[in-house]
Parts: sequence; C-alpha cells; structure tokens
Amino acid sequence: MALGTMSAQITDFANRADPYPLYAALRKSPVTRQDDGTYLVSTYYEVRSLANDPRLSNDLRNRAPGAGGPAVAEEDTNLPPSFLFHDPPEHDRLRNTTMRPFGPPHSPRFLHDMRDDIAEIITGLLDALEGKDEVDVVEDFAYPLPVTAICRILGVPREDEPRFHGWADTVASGLDPSQGKEKAQEARRELGAYLSDLIEAKRRHPGSGILGSLAQETGSNGSMSTAELVSTSMLLLIAGHETTVNLIGNATLTLLRHPDILKRFQTEPGLVVPLVEEVLRYEPPVQFIPFTAALSDIDIAGTTIPKGAQVWLLLASANRDPKRFEDPDRFDPDREDNQHLGFYTGIHYCFGAPLARMEAQLALPLLFRRIKNPRLTADPPPYRANPVLRGPHHLPVAIDGLAA
Amino acid sequence: MSADADVQALRRKGRIVVVGASLAGLRAAETLRDLGFTGSLTLIGDEPYEPYDRPPLSKQVLLGMEPAEDTALPRKRDIDAEWRLGAAAASLDRAAEHVRLVNGDAVPYDRLLITTGTKARPWLHPEEAALDGVFVLRTRDDSARLSRKLAAGPRRVLVIGAGFTGSEIASVCRERDVEVTVAERAPAPLVGALGEVVAAAAARLQRDHGVDLRCGVSVTALEGDQAGRLRRAHLSDGSAIDVDVAVVSLGAIRNTEWLAGSGLAAGPRGVACDAGCRVFDVNGIVTDDIYAAGDVARSPHPLFGYQFLSLEHWGNAVEQAQVAAHNMVSTGPDRRPHLWVPMFWSVQFGVNIKSVGVPTMGDQLVIAQGALAEGRFVAVYGYRGRVIAAASFDSGKWLGFYQQQIETGASFPPDYAMVDRRTDALQPVDPAFPDPHLPTHEPTVTLTGHSPTERGVQFTAPRA
Amino acid sequence: MRLVVDLNRCQGFAQCAFLAPDVFVLHGGEALFFTSRFDEGLRDQVEQAAAACPVQAVLVDYSDEPAKGAEGHVG
Repeated sequence: MALGTMSAQITDFANRADPYPLYAALRKSPVTRQDDGTYLVSTYYEVRSLANDPRLSNDLRNRAPGAGGPAVAEEDTNLPPSFLFHDPPEHDRLRNTTMRPFGPPHSPRFLHDMRDDIAEIITGLLDALEGKDEVDVVEDFAYPLPVTAICRILGVPREDEPRFHGWADTVASGLDPSQGKEKAQEARRELGAYLSDLIEAKRRHPGSGILGSLAQETGSNGSMSTAELVSTSMLLLIAGHETTVNLIGNATLTLLRHPDILKRFQTEPGLVVPLVEEVLRYEPPVQFIPFTAALSDIDIAGTTIPKGAQVWLLLASANRDPKRFEDPDRFDPDREDNQHLGFYTGIHYCFGAPLARMEAQLALPLLFRRIKNPRLTADPPPYRANPVLRGPHHLPVAIDGLAA
Repeated sequence: MSADADVQALRRKGRIVVVGASLAGLRAAETLRDLGFTGSLTLIGDEPYEPYDRPPLSKQVLLGMEPAEDTALPRKRDIDAEWRLGAAAASLDRAAEHVRLVNGDAVPYDRLLITTGTKARPWLHPEEAALDGVFVLRTRDDSARLSRKLAAGPRRVLVIGAGFTGSEIASVCRERDVEVTVAERAPAPLVGALGEVVAAAAARLQRDHGVDLRCGVSVTALEGDQAGRLRRAHLSDGSAIDVDVAVVSLGAIRNTEWLAGSGLAAGPRGVACDAGCRVFDVNGIVTDDIYAAGDVARSPHPLFGYQFLSLEHWGNAVEQAQVAAHNMVSTGPDRRPHLWVPMFWSVQFGVNIKSVGVPTMGDQLVIAQGALAEGRFVAVYGYRGRVIAAASFDSGKWLGFYQQQIETGASFPPDYAMVDRRTDALQPVDPAFPDPHLPTHEPTVTLTGHSPTERGVQFTAPRA
Repeated sequence: MRLVVDLNRCQGFAQCAFLAPDVFVLHGGEALFFTSRFDEGLRDQVEQAAAACPVQAVLVDYSDEPAKGAEGHVG
C-alpha cells in the first residue's frame, strides 16, 4: 500500500538502524497528517494522552479500508482478533481471563516462581558459548532465551519450535504497514491450526503452563471461546518470540556502544534494574503502534484528528521528546525521572512486560559477567526487517572466551 | 528590595515551625530543605509517633496484613528537624509569634505552617462513646485497637455511617468473615461524595458481600451491660440489634480548637487560606507568616468557581504542603498557586473506587463507559454544561482522560463516540446529592463595628 | 526500610505485584495493597518493583530507621 511521506521513511529499511533523526524532525509538530490521511503522533504528552483516550480504538473493525495494521481478517470467526485488537468490554474480558493463570490477583507468584527456571535457561545458553571467540548475541542468546521461556510458560513443546518459528516471524511481519498481508494471513492460519490442535490436547491433559489452565476456561461456562484462546495464545507466542529478543539485543548493543557504562555495569550488576528501563526508553523494542483509529474527532495540540482516521503513536519518538526528558538522546541509566512509554500505557500496556523485565534483568548481568572483553564487530549490526518490532537481526560480538 | 532581603535571611537562619507531624507536615519539611532552607525547623505533633500513612489503617492494618506501627512514612530526604512529639499545640499567640504547647513550652516562629489535619467526629453521647466496644478510626492507635478487636472474632460489628471509611471497615469485616451491620442515614453508602446514582452501585457491592446494610436509619442509642460493655444498638426505625462492636464513622472534624482566640479564620470547617496557602484572619485579610496545608486547609480553587474547597485527600496533602513550603520561603512574584485537581481513591469489597474533580458540584451525570450493573464503569459529572468530575469503579486507567476534560472545561455531556460506551446517546440524569440546605455544624460570622477602624468580624463557634 | 505508593497515581498496572509479590498485592482487579515496611531480604524485589512502575508511584526509603530524634521529645 502507499504510505504517507514520513511513514514511508519510517518503514524504509534504510532508516532502520537509526530512525531517531526522522522522529526528531517529526516532533517539530506533535501531530502530523500524512498524504494518505494517517496521523503520526510523535511527542510524549500527546502520545500518552491519546493512549489513554477512549475515543481511540484498537478494534480492527474501526480501521479505514486499506489502512495498516496486523494481518487479521476482521470477520474471521475461526480466528478472531486477540485482545490487543479489541476494545472494552471484550478486551477486558479476554485479557482478564488470560491473566488468571499468569499473574495477580489470581496467580501472583506464577512468574516469580519461574525465576530459577529462567536463570537456568540463561546459564545453559551461556555455557554453550564455550570455546567460541565470536558469538552472535541474537542468534545464540537473545532469541533462544525468550522463545524457550515462552514455550515453558505457555506449555508449548520446545521441540515444535522449528515448525512455528517461521510462522511467528511471518505473522509479526504483518505489523509492518508497508508490507502486504497475504503471506502473514497464510502463516496465521497455519499457526492457528497448530495451536488449535495443541489446545485440544491440553483440554484432556493440561500439563504445565498456562495454556492448560486456559483450555479449561473454554468450556460452556468459561469466559472465552476456543477460537478466542487460539488467537490469544498466538499473540502470546508471537510476542514472546518477537519482542524480548529486541529488548536484550538492543540492550547489549547499547551497552557495547557505551563502554563507560558497560565497565560500571560489570562491577555493579544491580545497575541492571534502571538500565533496562533506560533501554526501554532509549531503544524500545516496540517502536510505534500503527493500528489505532479515531472513533470521533479528537482535538489535540492544535490539530483535529478526524473521526475514522488511522493514528500511529510513535512510542520511540515520544521517549526522546526533549520536552519530557532532559538530554533525551543521552543513554543514562541513572536518569531519575524515567516514565518511558516503552511498554506503551493505558489499558493496552504490554501484557508480557513483567516477563520481559525479568528475563532482561536476569540475562544481562549473567551475559556480561561471562563473556570476556566483548567488542562489536559490526556497527550498526544488520537489522531485522520489521520496523515496528525493531532490533538487530544479528549481533556479532568478538570475545576473549568465557568466564566460569 | 527589603522583602527579598528578608526572605534571603529567612532562608538562611529563620525559624519555621510546623504544627502537625503529618503527611503534609513531613512533605513540607522535606520541600523546605530541598529549597535550601537552612534555618531551624520544628515539627510539633500531638501523637507520640513520627508521621505515618493513614490509608492503610482502614485496609491493610485491619485485615491483619501489617501492624499499625509499620505505617511510618518513608522519607524523601533528611530534614534535620527538631521533633516535639506527644506535645500538642495548645494555642497560638500571633502578637508574640509563638505556639504554646500543652506542656507550657512556647515555640517561637518566623513562619508557621498549620497541618493539624482532622480527627474522627466522636459519637454524640459521651457516656455511650465510653462503652467498651465503641470505636472511632482515625489514628494509628485507633487502628491497632480495632484490628485487635476484629481479630478476636466479634459476633457482630455495627458500622455507624457509610462514608468511605465506614464502607472500608465493613469490607474488612466481611473479608475477615465477621458479621457486620451498616447503618446509614442517607439512602445509600457514599451518597454524600458520589450522589445516589453511583451510590446504588456501592450499596449493591455491600449487599452482594453479605453486609446487613440499613439505609435511611440512624442509630439512636448504644446500650451497654453492667460491666460497661456494648451489647445492643437502637435504630430510628424502632429496631434493635445485638452487637459487641460499634465503629463510629461519621466523618471528620478539623483540628482547629487550638487556634481559638488566635484571630485566624479557623473553625470546624478548617483554616481558610488563599490559593498560595497563606492563612486568612477572621477579617478576611491574608497573613504573610502563617500558612496551612492538608486536610485542615480550605482554599479557593479557580477551576471550581473559586469555591473554598477543603480536601481530605492524601494527594492534596502532599501537593499543598509542597506549595505552602515553597511560598513560605519565596517572595511575591515567585509564589505559586495550589491548583491541584482533587483526586481520591477507596478500596472496598475488592473494587477500586477513584474520583477526579469535584463530584459534589455536579448537577448532571452520565455513565460514559461501562455499566453500573456490571460494577465496572466511569461516571462523568457535569456542572452547567461542563465536565466537572468523574468517578470510576475498577476503571481507573481512564481517569487521566477525564482529568484533562475537567482541566480544559470540556462540554458536558461528552457527546462523542468512545470505547465501551453502552448507549448510542448519553442521557444525563440528576446525580442526586443530598440537599445542601440541611442544617450543618458551621460557625456564625457577624460583622461588627461602625467606623472603618473598628469594623471587624465576630466569629461565633457553632453549638456542639 | 519503608515505602509508600501514591495510589492517586497508581492505575493498577500491577507491575509491582508481579515483581515483588511479597510486598505488593492486587486486591481484586485493580486495587493495590502493600506492606509499608520491608527488610533487607526483600530489597531487590522492591527495587525492581519501584523501577518498573509505569507511573513511578512507589516511594521507597532505604534508610534503616527514622531520622535521629524522631521518637520522643527532643530539646
């Protein structure tokens, strides 16, 4: 599809390694109308305000014909949109049901109790680097960690991963507003069929993981249908594949670009807590939300976004807004006031945020304790194609071996 | 400029006294030090404890999740203060510029901040209030006592008054599996704060959780046995219930008795001050050395028709304390107004109730999102065609939007499409607040004197 | 060590309740309860929870005990 001038530049792969100058130019006007009628929102207060505005809809049925967004057919009853693409009350029903086995108030310790498991996965991945003098931090570490973790959390067999890896990647590419939807829709159907079979099996033998618990929710008195559970589990599986990898990849890359901070981090592992928040501000794994639509005219920052318009909320740009963050282009884990929008905000705040934080907070100190004298061998590294879920495709790092 | 020089000297070596070792008092003290105030700082408190957090006292503490003495507030910084705890202020002598304590000590000041807060309105019959088993809930000690009593498993608790505190206590009782009766004079709980329409949802919450909720009745007498233990309560509908605990939750009265005779505009409704927290004297003239903040302060708010608002809210205490502290050590043009948009929260029966703006000013109401019947909604209040407030049940993430609507004077009713709106057109209804013309406990003010030099205000305390 | 949450700011994102379940508890779908006092053993949890709060509503004081002279009559 044809994109507006600035949106085309944002999605242009040539700008993937450093989209920030584009955002800086966009911020000269908080809300910018594109030729195709899309509105780009680039400043912190306006993005935050719209993310909390009930006049903005995530429901795909409200999007304009031909507009960007995920590869979900609006009316497909076999594979309905997940809660991310619903508004309340359906959104609340589906999200709250999904939360039951995953987090508070019903399962407050579920994730907390996974800590040791996740630490063990990390140690296993790092041990496997023994004897190497160059590692691909994405391929060898940042990718397999969240994939293994999400499989364990959902109760999806890890050995099936090669089957759904490609599907997950292709479905996620459907988020790219510059791409066609056919391939993504086909992948979505195949992944849906796989998960549907898995859920059917879980209904008889729940096993460990939250899909087993959720399968029990799909009965006649349950609060979600089987089709809804299939699309929900697809969302979680893909999010687990395509986002945390970028958080860990972006964090590693940023640390290697800031040797002073890296040096400090190696002796002060507790720094990881604010450091992860600063990565989420500085290089957010989800760069923008390209699929919201205005349900009515919205006056904001001197512009009226008309009813029906497609709205992109540029989280990565808002996070670099000098009106909100002092010296925003500086990577500073000691930043006192860091209310970043890296996980979005409002009712669609990232469902998996606590898992992503836990993985990154466990992974980064261990990674940098083990790999000796890490050096970037390509800067910028090759990036993944996806402009929404942005991060390095490969992150080759030379090392002097592995510490015990 | 002499005013500047005075303030510079004050910042260096002035004496600032804070009466009320409370949330507001503590945050003000921290702000003063943040602003570089290096003079002497004295905090006077009637209780023997350092400042503590009150909201948990009717929730976590009563539930047994934490002891009352654990609620001491975290410090933002070291404040290097002299603490006069357990010695209440008894009077204020403005001419001599000192505060007199109950133990007779005089504490001199250059600037005074009043953050004495409120106390629980006591049961109207002192001999009944003295019965074993009759409680109020305001302080740390109150909460510790009531918590012990609830843990001992009373047969039935009577909560007198279904405002926020009373409703929270009833909620705790049910969660602890204690039988509870709530007696409320109004037609539903929370009516005074949210109006009858929203209050109906609060009433349903209570009944769904097994509260014996009795509205439209008042408690006429509390009856004890020979040993002075509470046994029975008599209600205005002629009925009587056997209870061994009664919690009097009839709201708060401001701690201003100690200011009697000080010539300040202080009474049961609080201490009147300007938007910069400077206290008025009874003549309506603003003082320049005495400030007020927190529950005890009443100040005009530009967003709400310059009405004098008295906000017993946690967030207001913090914000107003910071503004007061700033203005205490600043000169005219640098002073800031207290423009906080009122906000509060309450947790009861597992539901988070939040509000922004001033619902009680609302003349119309719509349920903008969600549904009353589902116990999950946002109610929006209008006043003369503008959005003036919003209240949410388990929908707090939307309130930031309505705060913006209030701040920008957006038109009411909100006539635009939005998510989770359940009807095509929003039909405003009367929020149904109680008649404001009912008798109150307010003082009487009369003008006296004839010539301009003797013209003044006579301030008559209310009858009890 | 002690903490307080500004529950006006809190919007029930519940990040703290995930990361420090021994200190922060969701009461129902949205309301947050917390224990005001915590010890060294929970320090890491609390630090993670406070940093993760999307609206930065958690105020933590890591000093051990109240400022000098806070209890009782001084001078």
